[in-house]
Amino acid sequence: MNSMQNAIKAKKKKKKNIALLSMLLPGLIVMLINNYMPMFGLVFAFRKMNTVQKFWGSGWNGLKNFEYLFKSNDAWLITRNTIGYNLVFIIIGIIVPIFLAICLNELRNKKAAKVYQSIYFIPHFLSWVVASYIAFGLLSDEYGSINGLLQSLGFEKIGWYTTPEYWPIILVLVNTWKWTGYDTIVYLAAVSGVNQELFEAAAVDGATRFQQIVHITLPSLIPLCITLVLLRLGRMFYTDMGLFYTVPKNSGMLFDITNTIDTYVYRAFSMTGDIGLSAAAGFYQSVLGLIIILGFNAIVRKYDKDSAII
Amino acid sequence: MDSNVEMESVVTGVQIKKSTNILLNIFFIILAILCMYPLVLVLMVSLTDEISIPTYGYSIIPKEFSLSAYEYIFGNFGAIGKAYLVTIGCTVFGGILGLLIMAMYAYPLARDDFKQKSLFNLIAVITMLFSGGLIPTYMVYVRLLGLKDNYLAIILPSLFSAFYVMIIRTFYRTNVPKSLIEAAQIDGSSEYYTFFKIVLPLAKPALATVMLFSMLVYWNDWYYPLLYITKSDHYNLQYLLYNMQKKVDSIVAASGRGGAVDLSNIPTETARMAMAIVAIGPIILAYPFFQRYFQKGITLGATKE
Repeated sequence: MNSMQNAIKAKKKKKKNIALLSMLLPGLIVMLINNYMPMFGLVFAFRKMNTVQKFWGSGWNGLKNFEYLFKSNDAWLITRNTIGYNLVFIIIGIIVPIFLAICLNELRNKKAAKVYQSIYFIPHFLSWVVASYIAFGLLSDEYGSINGLLQSLGFEKIGWYTTPEYWPIILVLVNTWKWTGYDTIVYLAAVSGVNQELFEAAAVDGATRFQQIVHITLPSLIPLCITLVLLRLGRMFYTDMGLFYTVPKNSGMLFDITNTIDTYVYRAFSMTGDIGLSAAAGFYQSVLGLIIILGFNAIVRKYDKDSAII
Repeated sequence: MDSNVEMESVVTGVQIKKSTNILLNIFFIILAILCMYPLVLVLMVSLTDEISIPTYGYSIIPKEFSLSAYEYIFGNFGAIGKAYLVTIGCTVFGGILGLLIMAMYAYPLARDDFKQKSLFNLIAVITMLFSGGLIPTYMVYVRLLGLKDNYLAIILPSLFSAFYVMIIRTFYRTNVPKSLIEAAQIDGSSEYYTFFKIVLPLAKPALATVMLFSMLVYWNDWYYPLLYITKSDHYNLQYLLYNMQKKVDSIVAASGRGGAVDLSNIPTETARMAMAIVAIGPIILAYPFFQRYFQKGITLGATKE
């Protein structure tokens, strides 16, 4: 009797397990196509490939693709740009949103704070193509409003899309414009979540509002800050094609300063058709990306287990 | 929240001075103007008479107001109408299907009695850490699956995000009481019945935010059409806009080199700005209504268990 009950129980359990497994199936199929099958494709980096059509038939190329990549100046340039921009974005992404979140939280008129916050979030809503039109409205050589302003002040027009020197600042400004509203909302949630009693106790002890912010609000943001920075450091070898490809309008004269690993891979693939080189650069990106995320994760795990990703 | 605000004002010393408040407001207003100026500029250029552009350039105050750019666009609505349909189709279909797939994947991961949950969790997490990159993905999509010029090629890439799965899973764990699921099981409810009738309704806030975010991704996507779409009648809205800019640029460049180009049938200065406004489209009108969900979603994404 007992064993029969157990058998029924086991059968029920199995059925339940099959039902749960079947819920995973659609997601597994999509991940197989989008993520896991392409991982096997990383071997393309070691193959001889000139055209998309002939890749099954072509032989192995050893490390030739990589040799070619690293012998050119390109590898250094795209790595420098990718890491450099990302580090600047990460630092600005800490300072500006935290500053704005704290200030917004201090406003006495909460309705106005909501309005400001909503306005700053709007750029995040726009596509990168629209953003590139918006940048063009400001930067167009002929009609752009910045050149219009320069002229009315008696200065010469500047050919923005042909002058590389300005682009580090332009890209950083555009990225800040696009992301600040988003990041501010993230930090604002944490800032407004700080226990009010702490402030009241500090006020009773005679702390000024500024002292309260420095000693109570800022420290309470550290865990969130670490999590966000870690996530972004893990993406340090990846850049947004929208920002680095559409906003500079793929202008050849700006390549030295706007080319990142992603745009390089895309251009090598779509314009010069050098698939082996493109695959090698992609491989380089994937492997470095993995190393960096595992590395940072290990470091964070050591100090604060809860903030680690895995 | 509101009662908190009132409480705050009772205690002195936890609020900034009135003068500081005014200064901060001025600062925020200036920042808001700087933030919106470029977007308003595009809008205003689209409302300017084409003839005044060469003399005055792009100006935030139209020298001569005109709706002719919009008349031009809606007069040649064929391509834009088609692109709108493609975008709306992908946004709705991809948004709903993706949400269902992610909500289903997240559910077993939130169940403590599901033995393999750490394995399937890991399978999802790996996709956040490591990727095959552009070329291998392109090969799978185009060579292996033959998805060139297929709408699936722009729907599939954004269908599943492990990050959203984690958000939904966390929400299940914190907001769907275990006792409720157990009670349903004792009553003989099947796993699917429990999932659709009990779990999903309780997870509505998280599901709504994830769906809105993924719909925004579809609406704003221009990159996957760039990779996989070559037929112009398959363009979505953003990619059409992208191509318009490229077309104008290449023609302008060609005419600069002395090539004979007919400029009469390409989008003019104001029309392309009007096109940008049209491409932002209904999604910006939806913003005020969905803002609360977006903010909730952003906050959900930042908090871990």
